[in-house]
Amino acid sequence: MLDFSWLVADAFWTMGRGAATTLILIIVVTACGTVLSVVGAAVRRGRNKLLRQAIGGYVELIRNTPFLVQLFFIFFGLPSLGIRLSNLAAAALAMTLNMAAYGVEIMRAGLDAVPRGQWEAADSLGLTRYRVFVAVILPQALRVIFPALSGQIVITMLESAVVSQIAVRDLTYEGDILQARTFRPFETYLIVTGIYFLLATMMQRALHAGAVRWLFGGRR
Amino acid sequence: MDDFSSGQILVNLLLAARWTVGLTLVAFVGGGVVGMAILIARIDHRSWLRRSATSYIGLFQRTPLLMQLFLVFFGLPLVGIRIEPWLAAGLGLTFYAGAYLAEIWRGGVEALPRGQWEAAAALELSAAARLGLVILPQALRMTLPPAVGFLVQLVKATAVTSIIGFSELMKTANAINNATFEPFTVYGMVAIIYFALCFPLTTYARRLEAAPSR
Repeated sequence: MLDFSWLVADAFWTMGRGAATTLILIIVVTACGTVLSVVGAAVRRGRNKLLRQAIGGYVELIRNTPFLVQLFFIFFGLPSLGIRLSNLAAAALAMTLNMAAYGVEIMRAGLDAVPRGQWEAADSLGLTRYRVFVAVILPQALRVIFPALSGQIVITMLESAVVSQIAVRDLTYEGDILQARTFRPFETYLIVTGIYFLLATMMQRALHAGAVRWLFGGRR
Repeated sequence: MDDFSSGQILVNLLLAARWTVGLTLVAFVGGGVVGMAILIARIDHRSWLRRSATSYIGLFQRTPLLMQLFLVFFGLPLVGIRIEPWLAAGLGLTFYAGAYLAEIWRGGVEALPRGQWEAAAALELSAAARLGLVILPQALRMTLPPAVGFLVQLVKATAVTSIIGFSELMKTANAINNATFEPFTVYGMVAIIYFALCFPLTTYARRLEAAPSR
């Protein structure tokens, strides 16, 4: 029968610490990944053909290989090129590169959704190309793609469970340690899964509230 | 210690990739069956069935695949089934695929005009015939591009089963890496093999999407 007698304050503390690591990781990755996505999408629609193709190739490469392979390649493979990263840095880098690839495609769709007239109108006001992009086009694009982007952020958080495999002390890693001590793996992972579910739900709510506040000016 | 040449590494990885393909197919077919059941529950007139199906989909979409696999792996012994990595991998990915396919197909069913239901009812078709002969053929065809897109996601998802010990491509790569200490070559080749499996499917899905739906 199921046995939850191991679920005492100490276990909660351990899992809470792991959840905090998972959360901090996804916040950092979201910030870096979103910026990279915007830059990537801008370059992808830019004038330099070589850069356009490079970004396109990068996006295809990431989207058609498993995250676990990307993580292991960065953590175990890159040191042979002389690039040695700590496990936490490797995890953050792999997650960021992964999110950026999906983000570029999402952002691109958003930029395509902004009517051409918006560029022309802003242009006729004498704004520089950079100002047009940041002040006029980007906010409109973000509103369109917000649901897809926040979905991708949650997916990245859930996929981050495998960074436990390179000994990043995230929620899954703490669960591994805990179940080795309690000998109740099913019960332990059941609780850990529940925490992931709560994290995903909370993140979705927070992202939605943030969007209403910052992207839609409190309306909607 | 085994001495592997790059050619031998590649051959061993390609042999292991058969298990990746096999697991993907099993999970896609099994997930299709589970997904169809969930879909039918999801559009049933009984609200408790609809709610259960929605919860099922939500649970799988809001928890890590790795946790789903762990729960199957460690849960099977609790119901008296001996742990086998292949069984846990197959079952886990089947349940996972079922949730995503049900959600994809639901989108197709809901996109159909109400008139299709009404016309089928006007023809005095039974509930099963309405769904099986009128609604599903249209909904499945309409959602072919996202279903193929999900197949790509499923190929990538199989890599996670290496963690519960199923000897597919990724697990084999880890073993070879431990023997050769050539992670750059090994994981580079693994990435290329996954890419070779996924990219044609991605391209196919994109072409389906671009083609005018009939």
